[in-house]
Amino acid sequence: MSLNSHLNVLDFTLLSLLRRKFKNFGIILVFTFIVFITGSILFLSYSFKREALLILKGSPELIVQRMSAGRHELIPADISKEILKIPGVSGVEPRYWGYYYDPLVKANYTILASSETLPANNHLLQGRLPGPEDKGVAAVGRGVAKARFLDIGSSISLLSSGGDAMDFDVVGVFETESELLTADLIVLGQPDVVRLFRMPAGMATDLAVSVTNETEAPVIAGKIRYIFPDTRPILRKEIVRTYDAVFGWRSGLILTLFAGALVAFIILAWDKATGLSAEEKKEIGILKAIGWETSDIIEMKFWEGLVISLSSFLLGIILAYIHVYFFGASVFAPALKGWSVIYPDFRLAPFIDPYQIAMLMALTVIPYIASTIIPSWKAAITDPDEVVRG
Amino acid sequence: MRRSTVFGLFVLLCVCCLAALGVTSEIRVSRFLVQSRDLSGITAALKLTDISFSDDARYTRNPSQADIFSAFQDYPGSIEHFPSGSVTPPPDFSSLGAPITVKRR
Repeated sequence: MSLNSHLNVLDFTLLSLLRRKFKNFGIILVFTFIVFITGSILFLSYSFKREALLILKGSPELIVQRMSAGRHELIPADISKEILKIPGVSGVEPRYWGYYYDPLVKANYTILASSETLPANNHLLQGRLPGPEDKGVAAVGRGVAKARFLDIGSSISLLSSGGDAMDFDVVGVFETESELLTADLIVLGQPDVVRLFRMPAGMATDLAVSVTNETEAPVIAGKIRYIFPDTRPILRKEIVRTYDAVFGWRSGLILTLFAGALVAFIILAWDKATGLSAEEKKEIGILKAIGWETSDIIEMKFWEGLVISLSSFLLGIILAYIHVYFFGASVFAPALKGWSVIYPDFRLAPFIDPYQIAMLMALTVIPYIASTIIPSWKAAITDPDEVVRG
Repeated sequence: MRRSTVFGLFVLLCVCCLAALGVTSEIRVSRFLVQSRDLSGITAALKLTDISFSDDARYTRNPSQADIFSAFQDYPGSIEHFPSGSVTPPPDFSSLGAPITVKRR
């Protein structure tokens, strides 16, 4: 068969599809939507995962929390001296942080004590961070700045656990590009955090432990757990694994949204696969009667499946890309936002996994073509007279 | 124009569109990789452990620091009442070893 005859069959198929344009455009619309939803979830979860892994590369190797009655408790800062004696530990630093509910904007902030200064060439902070011992100054995330209309030079007032208002001059504002990390942060000097939360003297929220060789971290964590049985060491590997699970292929996000789309697609494919309409059968019978071969009919049905599934796949994947990377996954935003008041206005970096796209294509285009061809093949091998009479 | 030519042009247009998005993606990713050094610098300087993805509960703001059975605070697999918790899976318990079995005498 020459190329021209294949094109003739394709021309005929397109004409036949246009004859039933409402039905076929309906299928393309549903199919595109399924690819769009599935593609958006794949793009979103993969990019989140990759970004989280890159951003959290700088996290402490080991965090030591104290547990009391099954809950996270404040930890005595002086046990850091004991931990420092463990071979392989290069440093222990207490972290002072907590959550602050602001009734003014009904939002939760994360308050954090500054411990180090940022390098001067860091472009993601306007102004500066408060020094560890600074008092009355703060650096805020872009989300907090937007919620409280803050900028460098303005001041923010917070109510301490003791009931007295504490005023802070804003000396730094994190840039929008860092929102996924800093949106709800307020960085203060350590004495201010201790006073704001009325932390007992000598207590910290948890300890950040640095180790000389990261592969030794699990052994060090085991030793810490042995010496201080009421502690819970959290490895950087575990932090990364948490985000891997949250945004992974088996994530709740996928299960919640993909399951519905998958079921819808299975119903659509099943409907196609279980039989042809009387009109389609009649068309096949007539084509056979006027001299079409079974192979021609199968080719026509192949083109039909390909036109519908390929068009839907291409449109769906392009729309999914635009949705996730240009509009910040606005369709999923309400579910992702939850009840958060301060929500990062993130623009994800478009990390694309070609394997996932190939899988999506294999799971949508090929089964659809198969479900179009098989019933047609059954009709095409039957006697035309029998097919036309039904 | 033949219908097959129109279809061919449509597919070509979509493929070109995907190629253009692929190029944009490469540019944006390389820009992000440069920026991620600054982000990682902030993480290291402030000793951050979590991304500010959802701040409606402490276990959705800091999933890596929350109780071991977060985001299902009452018991593993319980129905979550925070919308963002409903898209967070229960933790992987496979590392906890085999379940305890009671032998009959």
